[in-house]
Amino acid sequence: MQSAIAVRGLTKTYAEGSAGTQALRGVDLDAHAGELLMLMGPSGSGKTTLLSIMGCILTATSGSVRVAGIEVTSLGEKDLPGIRLEHIGFVFQGFNLFPTLTAGENVELMLDLKGVSAPAAKKRAQELLEQVGLTSKYGSFPADLSGGQKQRVAIARALAGDPQIILADEPTAALDSHTGRNVMETLSELAHKRGRAVVIVTHDSRVLDFADRIVKIEDGRIAEAQELELAPAVPLVHNFRQAAANLRQYIER
Amino acid sequence: MPPLARRNLFHDKVRLVVTLTGIVFSVVLIVVQLGLFFGFTAATSNLIDHSGADLWITAKNVPYVEQGVAFSERKLNQARALAGVADAQKMITHWTQWKRHDGGEESVQIVGINVDDNLERPWNLVEGRVEDLKAPDAIILDELYKAKLGVTRVGEIFEIGGHRARVVGFTRGIRSFTTSPYVFTSFKNAQNYTGLREDQTLFILVRAAPGSDLESVRRGLLAHLRDVEVFTTPEFSHMTTFYWMFTTGAGVAVLIAAVLGLVVGFVVVAQTIYATTMDHLREYGTLKAMGAPASYVYKVIMKQAAISAVIGYVLGMIVSAFVVHASQAGGAAILMPPPMAVGMFFVTLIMCVGAALVSINKVMRIDPALVFRG
Repeated sequence: MQSAIAVRGLTKTYAEGSAGTQALRGVDLDAHAGELLMLMGPSGSGKTTLLSIMGCILTATSGSVRVAGIEVTSLGEKDLPGIRLEHIGFVFQGFNLFPTLTAGENVELMLDLKGVSAPAAKKRAQELLEQVGLTSKYGSFPADLSGGQKQRVAIARALAGDPQIILADEPTAALDSHTGRNVMETLSELAHKRGRAVVIVTHDSRVLDFADRIVKIEDGRIAEAQELELAPAVPLVHNFRQAAANLRQYIER
Repeated sequence: MPPLARRNLFHDKVRLVVTLTGIVFSVVLIVVQLGLFFGFTAATSNLIDHSGADLWITAKNVPYVEQGVAFSERKLNQARALAGVADAQKMITHWTQWKRHDGGEESVQIVGINVDDNLERPWNLVEGRVEDLKAPDAIILDELYKAKLGVTRVGEIFEIGGHRARVVGFTRGIRSFTTSPYVFTSFKNAQNYTGLREDQTLFILVRAAPGSDLESVRRGLLAHLRDVEVFTTPEFSHMTTFYWMFTTGAGVAVLIAAVLGLVVGFVVVAQTIYATTMDHLREYGTLKAMGAPASYVYKVIMKQAAISAVIGYVLGMIVSAFVVHASQAGGAAILMPPPMAVGMFFVTLIMCVGAALVSINKVMRIDPALVFRG
């Protein structure tokens, strides 16, 4: 399977105090296209640092990070925004929508960054909101949307750049169980139906059944990598897993 | 580009009002101080600039028009005899005392002219005629100083330097920088009012013949007249303005106040734009995480500053126009020439954009991990 992101021997030390704080201590990890990978671990274990480095937001102290085949550790501050824009979409725990822009405009902003003309951006934003089930919310401001709706707008925005990689930080943490599962279904669909590499940092055990692979991080190291036995790329398997999740949800209600 | 800058700016109405108040305050302060500077500058050299003369003959070492030193009026005929001189006239401007009807005294600045000539005639007359000054003891003064001098109407009689004076007309807007009102009168009256000897004058005003070279005429005057200096009107105007505005420090004080206006405006605008930026810091972090280049973020912040500048400028100029208009009735005129009004737009824009740079510096140093905090 092709690696959308490949991390080798990754270390990250924050310059705090005389010795510094070592957040990552030699991490090797691959995220594949069509795969939903979950990063789990206690607070301070280094999972958000790892996600930040994979997303080209932080730079590593040492090691190698390849994003869509491009070695990014040697790139400077000027080049990294371009890598993020071209290859990575972010979904945040706090949604990070622009409160003064409507849902549609939030999506259009991403398209504007990519140089899409205003009329084309508007059309595309409407299509993306339709994909996440928010057709009627184009003109709504984030303050008028529910948590789940906000997160789906954020997903639509992440998709607007047509990235191969989606990095999500605690995307369900601020959502109730039902809404969280809806959001996970959307992210799962991106991995399994649209072939994106989806990497999610989460504490939320309610959504683990959406993962194709779970990587546990402790003290800056990979403590355990749990490869689920069923190949997620097979639609039948995915559908089966989806049906099981729906059944569990039905029983819980 | 989605209207992020405009929406962010208008989102917090209270902060917008504070920002605009700061800009308007700054614009008005700068306009008033610079306008006063221009008003004072115009007032210091009013007499010289409106003289209609090309050259001014003075005694040696006269630093400005109010400091004229008497010299023999025989030099007038010598000047008239020179080639290139079309006209030459005596002129007096000197301080003396005006006695009000209530017994109080005020300092006035007598301007004695040859009424039959066109040099240094009072301008902007609103009542009476210049020719009325031919009558004995006749004077013309500016309506701005009616109250100060206790004058109510044409025909009133006063006492200047112990001599009779009768008001025959009024001008409008001829201000004196020294606050001693100009009193126009005939040369003969002026000699009486100021106690100048009959055979003396303080200045000779020269008009050069059409087509003559002013510098040649000046050299000719200096060669033939002893113990005098000859200045072109712009030179003497500049000398007088420089003395009052810079040697006395009056103009410097006004300019410092104008600079303070700029500094205060800059600080207020910088503070409010900085606070607005801090409010939206997470959004700028998100923009950067999304892959926005630094220039895109600059553009958003700069656009906010530019919108603030345009609105603040328009409001500031409206307020300034009222202030400028109101000042016309007072002793100190605030002038706003069109180039200054246009220049103020760029000053406002630079002030706001400069203030925004403080915020940009902060945004560029955002902790990237900010976007991952819940």
